Amino acid sequence: MELAFLINIIEAGLRTGTPLLFATLGELITERAGVLNLGVEGMMLVGALAGFAVAYGTGNPWIGVLVAMLAGGVISLLHAFVSITLRGDQVVSGLALTFVGTGLTSVLGAPYVQVRDVPRLPVLPVPFLYDIPLIGPSILWPLFGEKQNVIFFIGLLLVPAVWFWIERTRPGLQLRAIGEKPAAADAVGVNVGALRYFYVFVGGLFAGLAGASLSLAITPLWINEMTAGQGWIAVGLVIFAGWNPWRALMGAYIFGALRRLPLDLQAIAWLPFASNPILGVWLNMIPYLFTILALVFSSREAIRKRLGAPAALGIPYVRGERGA
Amino acid sequence: MQLKIEPRLETPRWLPIVSIILALILALMIGAIPLAYGGLDPIVAYTQMFRTGFFETYSFSDTIVKATPLILAGLGVTIAFRMRLWNIGAEGQLFLGAWAATGVALFWLPPTTPKVVMLAAMTLAGFAAGAVWGAIPGVLKAKLGVNEIISSLMLTYVAVEFNNYFVYGPWAAGGFGLTAPFPRTAWFPRLTDFGDIVPAFRGLTAHLGILYGIIAAVILFIIFKYSKWGYELKVIGDNPDAARYAGMNLARTIILTMIVSGGLAGLAGMSEVAGVVHRLQENFSPGYGFTAIIVAWLARLNPLAVIVVGYLFGGLLVGGDAIQPAGIPLLIQGIILFCVISADTFTRYRIRLVQPAATTALTEETVTSEG
Repeated sequence: MELAFLINIIEAGLRTGTPLLFATLGELITERAGVLNLGVEGMMLVGALAGFAVAYGTGNPWIGVLVAMLAGGVISLLHAFVSITLRGDQVVSGLALTFVGTGLTSVLGAPYVQVRDVPRLPVLPVPFLYDIPLIGPSILWPLFGEKQNVIFFIGLLLVPAVWFWIERTRPGLQLRAIGEKPAAADAVGVNVGALRYFYVFVGGLFAGLAGASLSLAITPLWINEMTAGQGWIAVGLVIFAGWNPWRALMGAYIFGALRRLPLDLQAIAWLPFASNPILGVWLNMIPYLFTILALVFSSREAIRKRLGAPAALGIPYVRGERGA
Repeated sequence: MQLKIEPRLETPRWLPIVSIILALILALMIGAIPLAYGGLDPIVAYTQMFRTGFFETYSFSDTIVKATPLILAGLGVTIAFRMRLWNIGAEGQLFLGAWAATGVALFWLPPTTPKVVMLAAMTLAGFAAGAVWGAIPGVLKAKLGVNEIISSLMLTYVAVEFNNYFVYGPWAAGGFGLTAPFPRTAWFPRLTDFGDIVPAFRGLTAHLGILYGIIAAVILFIIFKYSKWGYELKVIGDNPDAARYAGMNLARTIILTMIVSGGLAGLAGMSEVAGVVHRLQENFSPGYGFTAIIVAWLARLNPLAVIVVGYLFGGLLVGGDAIQPAGIPLLIQGIILFCVISADTFTRYRIRLVQPAATTALTEETVTSEG
């Protein structure tokens, strides 16, 4: 019984953590290139609505995912233009992007609020997991084999891919360089501005994917502000992850489980939440409080190990200007 | 030809104001697109919006009612942003302020308490609760280096749930998500209360909160201009390392600033329940704490300008109430913010079209002394 409950929570964590994982990876890439984009929440909403609307219109969820990614990428260019070309304040520009994304999706999403029969991203059963002796039927199958959506596996593949790109390839070296020492990168002929545009756009693609995986798999609906702060949690998770994709994976799954915990706890009869639903609002605070706790934890660790943000994070690059 | 952006040596005094006005006009032009999408003639919609917000009989008073929380929370945001402390959780601090004021009005003081005592206690409680909610990210930032953008925003979600617990749980009265109405002793005096003496005031709902806003703005203006704290705010914001070498206590200033910032947002919530809603309810704020960020930025973090910009945005909210779908005002606010940050660029940099120079790249960005 206890094992089943635990497996249930972990399984749900992997599932609901996947959109967070996409958003966190995207923001991580953008920040490694030296641009802070606080518009993740807005870009996710744009992706969620674009994916939902296109999947509904075409009947194909994959076209929805593609358009969602493009929509997230395109809207992120607003931030790129203001923060890279115009050298505007990145914090305020990211906030503006979230306002625009929230407002835009609330305007354009009105006709989709009542839609219930959107084509969903499929569940991908992995039958051979069941055949593994001992832990197969009781653990592996219910965790990964039975109910996991295809997006879960995409997330699992993206983490090593992103890690490899950043840490082991030549373009990845340039990515790190423009985030740490843009002047040095510029001196050896890297086009800092263009590359930063590109990685802001990539961050937007990921946020769009995150949004679509919400609206086409996790909660296949369109509701205004359905991200409920997940974009902001993703920004926090990047810090928690210390800008490392593998730690982002861990963080996203933990937070996925925390997001689901209120529902799971309310189902337990001997806890007071089951009999008094009003007490349940305290459970709703859990993911947000844990984000703060995670930041406390990772900030202390960062000080101890001298881990840190990319050195040029949030600073516009101007050739020949001090501090660049 | 190529576009060149180079730093300005001096910014003419008129330029910031002109650039903001141009940015607002541009934002309204871009905002016409979603209006047209919503099936509205943008010109008709804007005319209607400005008339309702600024030029009808009750406009002045109605706009002040909406401007009051924007000004108070906007001042709170201003003081934090001055030292580049990104308190974006004003909305949560506002909720906490309203919650504490409600506790005083309905539960912690008897309804027979004299009005002056009651309102003073609500004011203190509102400020204190907002201050506590602001102090949490402040302490975390100062002592542990926790990013205040995330922590203050996360606490906003927590504050909304906290508020929900009380309005649906122990403080619920009758309907869903509402407390009982406040006793009259817990109401801010409104202009209409003086209708017997000044007939022109009848029906006007502007309340005492606006005086709080104006007084707070003047005090902040004096603090910024003349006090050591105001000076430290600016130095720490511009260059924390220099401030540390100069012997300033960064941790203390960060915490103090967040306390005042949260307290002012708390006052915004207190004044909203005491002056307008007269009870606590779910979602009593249409995002005042977030709009306050735009107000503060548009006012270029000048407390006196916050009054003017707050009034302007109050008018937009009054006029925007009639605009459907409801997301359009938020969208236009976002567009305004983008346009204003973009306009900032033109005050800090000169943008010129030039012939590509044949010289080496090194001289390209060198500042010339002309113009």
